[in-house]
Amino acid sequence: MSTAVADVHEVPVESRVNYLNASYGIKSWLFTTDHKRIALLYLASITFMFFVGGTAAVLMRIHLIEPQGALVQPETYNKLFSIHGIVMVFFFLVPSIPATLGNFLVPMMIGARDLAFPKLNLLSWYIYITGAIFTLYAVISGGVDTGWTFYTPFSSLYSQTHVIATALGVFITGFSSILTGLNFVVTIHKMRAPGMTWFRLPLFIWAMYATSVIFILGTPVVAIAMFLVGLERLLHVGIFDPAVGGDPLLFQHLFWFYSHPAVYIMILPAMGVISELVTCFAKKRIFGYSIVAFSSMAIAVISFLVWGHHMFVTGQSVYAGLIFSVLSFLVAIPSAIKVFNWTSTLYKGSISYEAPMLYALGFIGLFTMGGLTGLFLASLATDVHLSGTYFIVAHFHYIMVGGAVMGYLGGIHFWWPKITGRLYPDAWARFAALVVFVGFNLTFFPQFMLGYLGMPRRYAVYPEEFQVLNVMSSAGASILGVGYLIPLIYLIWSMRYGPAAGPNPWGARGLEWETPSPPPTENFEEIPIVTEEAYNYTGARQTLG
Amino acid sequence: MSEHIVPVKNYVAVFLSLLFLTGLTTKVAFIDLGQTAIGKTHVIDWNTVAALVIAVLKMLLVVLFFMHVKYSPGLTRLVIAAGFFWLAIMIALTLSDELARGWTGTPQPWSLLLPIFHPYL
Amino acid sequence: MADMVHTAHSPALVHQFETKEQQHDAGSLGMWVFLATEIMFFGGVFMSYIVYRALHLEAFIQGSHFLDVTFGATNTAVLICSSLTMALAINAAQTGKSKSTIITFLGLTMLLGAAFLFIKFAFEWTHDWTEGLVPGLHFTYSGPHASGVELFFCFYFFMTGLHALHMVIGLGILATLTVMAYRGRFNSDYYAPLEMSGLYWHFVDIVWIFLFPLLYLIGGRYGGGH
Repeated sequence: MSTAVADVHEVPVESRVNYLNASYGIKSWLFTTDHKRIALLYLASITFMFFVGGTAAVLMRIHLIEPQGALVQPETYNKLFSIHGIVMVFFFLVPSIPATLGNFLVPMMIGARDLAFPKLNLLSWYIYITGAIFTLYAVISGGVDTGWTFYTPFSSLYSQTHVIATALGVFITGFSSILTGLNFVVTIHKMRAPGMTWFRLPLFIWAMYATSVIFILGTPVVAIAMFLVGLERLLHVGIFDPAVGGDPLLFQHLFWFYSHPAVYIMILPAMGVISELVTCFAKKRIFGYSIVAFSSMAIAVISFLVWGHHMFVTGQSVYAGLIFSVLSFLVAIPSAIKVFNWTSTLYKGSISYEAPMLYALGFIGLFTMGGLTGLFLASLATDVHLSGTYFIVAHFHYIMVGGAVMGYLGGIHFWWPKITGRLYPDAWARFAALVVFVGFNLTFFPQFMLGYLGMPRRYAVYPEEFQVLNVMSSAGASILGVGYLIPLIYLIWSMRYGPAAGPNPWGARGLEWETPSPPPTENFEEIPIVTEEAYNYTGARQTLG
Repeated sequence: MSEHIVPVKNYVAVFLSLLFLTGLTTKVAFIDLGQTAIGKTHVIDWNTVAALVIAVLKMLLVVLFFMHVKYSPGLTRLVIAAGFFWLAIMIALTLSDELARGWTGTPQPWSLLLPIFHPYL
Repeated sequence: MADMVHTAHSPALVHQFETKEQQHDAGSLGMWVFLATEIMFFGGVFMSYIVYRALHLEAFIQGSHFLDVTFGATNTAVLICSSLTMALAINAAQTGKSKSTIITFLGLTMLLGAAFLFIKFAFEWTHDWTEGLVPGLHFTYSGPHASGVELFFCFYFFMTGLHALHMVIGLGILATLTVMAYRGRFNSDYYAPLEMSGLYWHFVDIVWIFLFPLLYLIGGRYGGGH
């Protein structure tokens, strides 16, 4: 068989050497330093954790069908929502796009052969797995009931569950994020191909860079927060115990200093994906490239200034509350700017509705709703009413699930042909996207109403009058669950039976689309020289070759 | 490598300055530099100020000369500045809560004009 | 398959980089970014310390007076010396000195680092133990501001312990560098590992430069501490 560079569309996927078949065997995967393989290692791990967290959610929603609880004891319910939050936040959402799509695409989009520190990349995956093992151990041996927020003094003094194991799991996994962020920052600064200036970078890269800044500067602080809670539990010293002069709110400052920017870790990459999807499926340049790029950076910076809005009703000084409230309004501005930019990109675009685009459109609508409801919460007076209710739960799920998860799914679908060399069945994908959209809204819109009417969050029982809305929400959750299972099936199916994808099935612009699908281990035969601006779409829908 | 090579005598000069500053901060700790009141409830403790100023000077010597930042590209300085800036944000905004807890007095009607307008609302 | 055509690289260039200069710059930036994370890591503890110090000043002054300024100052001087020897080790490589010169300076740095840890563990911490000042394990102080003093010592041990952990890791790194130097890996063209490790070592020194006044010299010693 000829091994010369031939017309790649005529060569069946399997016979060309690419990163997937370059070497075989479990050791070639567990000891790989290829960023693309590491991305797949992460993909498998976070998908597993997603279903662990999702199972907890399913159990919670079943339980909440009845006002007195239909499934579990209140103590168990507390463990369910805690595990759901911890697993979903730290082991799914935070790593999701950066560790899978980021790892895969960052070197390819900038024209590099790998990340700056490939071995650190592999180490970050092992660290993630270690943290996950500690947390899963805690889950299996009885769980934790502090909520994902580990508030003191409950977590440090009173809880009788596996707090230390879970806190240790979170502490360890934090270092995985730090290493990923470090790798991305250095790679983006130092390894761009010739001609790839900062303002020719895909906006996904800007989003990854901004996310990495948050990884680097925020994660160490939550590590300290977890460490101190563990220390207090272990040694019975009153670091956060008011009776001996400790301040429980100090924990909250340390925790939220990271955890608020963490929500931007979760959404910024999804926003980066949306910029890629919207331009490709409207066949149009992004409207206002520099503004979108600067907005990503602005979000990263301002996100560190607003954490106190999680503490308006827990005893924080009103004066600090005023400052944080104003700053929280500010942080909405760059996000809103992006929504306007995406919408303007769509205007007079040549729009097609493949599955990735459906996810992108869903994102824009749902993220906007979630973001707007955040304004109610940034406002001190209304927050007093809405804090601790299902309004908050709905707000962040609109952003995290309606936003980040849909962005993630859109990205997975968009780059799936590049990653696997296969096409998935788009009809099923569109169907699943609609199921997800319907299921999502049915699950979480009633929760806005529940919260506004006063149903508290994290409660295992609720007053009778809230039952109808709860049942609606649970029904939606079952639909949403089905919506997530369908892609699992057809994506795995496509890895074996999907038709060959070719280098650029979507007719997209970007260096990653100029390589074969799947790419060779070294990404590029020769490092490309970049002469075009990003998103150089001409408006006509054409595939490249 | 186009690396700037710092002459050994510069290193020794920095070293001696660091030792001197260490001795200075230790000695100064045993002298009462006094305090100045600001506002009604807070004081500036000049011993603390002195200790921190000296510590910052020592840090600058280490950073600029031992760590070669004086000869480093702007990106390095940006990274360092970002680190300290973020630390400053964290400390400042947390203290804005921790130190201001007791500032709120008893709740008052929020406007003296409210009783006038209330019947019309 | 079309072969990768490389210009002759020295073995030290890894595949993802195009030039040694790019590799060196990336390594340097990577180490600085890592130090930025360390600023926030130690920063979290420093912030907690500052908050509690503001809220419990009398107790913290009381606690601070239990610490021996002589040991603290000596340890500060020891670390400053070790920073000098580290800088000289790099300088030796940069200026093409013999590997035994590099090894000597690295060895001195390790010795001084070990001396720091010895003073801390064998003198200060054991003294604190016998005095019953170790929270959670052996804390017997019951004088004025007892709970605040216990809080002070929580942070004293946490901060100096975290710092000592970084020192131990640093010693491990230095030992590795010594082995590399012994094998003749460093010369005036290639000394990047020395440089990066030097940055780490100096950073740990800087942390101590702040720990010393904040822990040992609070509220001044004019009140009567020794």
